[in-house]
Amino acid sequence: MTPFEPVLTKGLGEFDLADIDVYESRGGFSALRKALREMTPDAVVSEVSASNLRGRGGAGFPTGKKWSFLPKDGRPRYLVCNCDEAEPGTFKDRMLLEKTPLQIIEGLLISAYAIQANEIIMYIRGEFLEGFRVFKNALDAVRSRGYVGDKVAGSDFSIDILLHRGAGAYICGEETALLNSVEGKRGEPRLKPPFPANAGLYGMPTVVNNVETVAFVPHIITRGAKWFASIGPSSSPGPKIVSVSGHVQRPGNYEIPLGISIRELIDEYAGGLRPGRRVKAIQPGGGSSAAIFEEDLDTGYDYESLAAKRTMLGSGAVVVMDDTACLVRSSMTLVRFFEKESCGQCTPCREGGQWVHRLVARLEAGEGTDADLRILNTINTTITGTNLCPLGDSIMPFLSSVLKRFPDEFAAHVKLARCPLGAGSSESAA
Amino acid sequence: MTPAREAKGKALVAAHHDGQSALIPFLQYCQEEDGYVTPAALDDAATLTGLTRGEVESIASFYSLLFQRPIGKHVIQVCRTLACMLGGADELRAHAKARLGVTDGGTTSDGMFTYEEVECLAACDKAPCLQHNLRYHYDVTPAEFDRLLEQWKRERPDAAMPAE
Repeated sequence: MTPFEPVLTKGLGEFDLADIDVYESRGGFSALRKALREMTPDAVVSEVSASNLRGRGGAGFPTGKKWSFLPKDGRPRYLVCNCDEAEPGTFKDRMLLEKTPLQIIEGLLISAYAIQANEIIMYIRGEFLEGFRVFKNALDAVRSRGYVGDKVAGSDFSIDILLHRGAGAYICGEETALLNSVEGKRGEPRLKPPFPANAGLYGMPTVVNNVETVAFVPHIITRGAKWFASIGPSSSPGPKIVSVSGHVQRPGNYEIPLGISIRELIDEYAGGLRPGRRVKAIQPGGGSSAAIFEEDLDTGYDYESLAAKRTMLGSGAVVVMDDTACLVRSSMTLVRFFEKESCGQCTPCREGGQWVHRLVARLEAGEGTDADLRILNTINTTITGTNLCPLGDSIMPFLSSVLKRFPDEFAAHVKLARCPLGAGSSESAA
Repeated sequence: MTPAREAKGKALVAAHHDGQSALIPFLQYCQEEDGYVTPAALDDAATLTGLTRGEVESIASFYSLLFQRPIGKHVIQVCRTLACMLGGADELRAHAKARLGVTDGGTTSDGMFTYEEVECLAACDKAPCLQHNLRYHYDVTPAEFDRLLEQWKRERPDAAMPAE
């Protein structure tokens, strides 16, 4: 295995890192004090920019650049933390929330100082009730130590954190939908531009950062941009927590240096496949990503290498399907997800998701026709790229990629009027 | 609006940027108290925020954890997305529905259990998973489901949908 010392997950199983005494005894809040005492806000932005940290929520946008887009026009500014993790296959932010809430809080405070925010809003997915409670307790402890509120750690910087608990909606992970949700509206994405940097929460300059992204900030301040940039490929450096699930022997969250091969991730970290099984398809970057296959196992797990394979790293969720998996059923499961989670604003997403779901469900149930297959091969162009936000563009990538690679499996569902793998149909099982 | 509810609503508005920003927290609070988002709670929310009743209803209807219909003391939400499906969620769903005698979204005739099929709960490494009153249960086989069900029947549950 490539030698690597974890950063965000260090000491996770050994220590109660949600306990403020434990966290401080292991160096917690020293990065915050360093930033407040020894660095100007601009110096913090420069350091994070130099580290080349890219957003860990899904889009991979450079964090320092996002921060530097805020206009300096005297209006109030908001820092919003996106902990609305719901991308299929992703379970890293929930782990960070439940196990290391103080690391998140320290990262938020430094980030807020860097962009000179007036308030932090922590948006936690509604289903994460346990994580919400852990975070709330941690925040109370932090407040009692003077790290949140008036004059943070004795400096001239004051900031507070408002907790917002979601109420159930995948789409609120999209940043402008999330902002609408904080404002008490339906969580529908906004038309962009204007971007949140100019007109975000309550129309004010706003930065929305993912949980994992902000958790790296204290480490970059303590150990320097050069250290961070030295890990993994120079264009997309750093560690990344990858959620591995599906047909592997040891599913779980693994913190890896970006750039290791997918083979190493699956075999060395996740324990490989069950004996005698082969990789059939892998979804490498969440439910929105196109599949890669057995012949792609030596691809590097990083933003560029996956983009070169016409897929993406996304949220860092790797779902492995072995040769027992029915890819028609797998596709149906994902298409159903997007149909259910569409906010309904854009016709191609709202209607397209329904039609594709019905069509794939029909195939999966052994009731599909050749005409259905022809439609599936062409419908991509009328859905993808025709919506306000990326949700509509996420309906087709996995389906199209496995249909292209395994056309016979889809055709066999029509010809045999059942699953050729003998899997039965999802709804007859359910 | 009861005085207690009005006081809570005003405190929530004060803690937020404006009235509408307190809407979802207020509905979450009402749901915990009343068991679901009742028509009266929608009226109270409109009064509190200055929105119309229609606007409040539209917003509430957007969110899957705000229920505008009575739900059971126990809400069982089974994940059906990809990793859980690969881990046996389809079989778990079929088993759970047969055991409870309900379809997706239904409540048992005694009003105790509501069953829902939901999307990715972010516990894909312990598939299949479910939440019972928003608490996680992992690696749920049909036999484990039966064991949990017997346990829930004996328990006095906390609020099915706690506000915080």
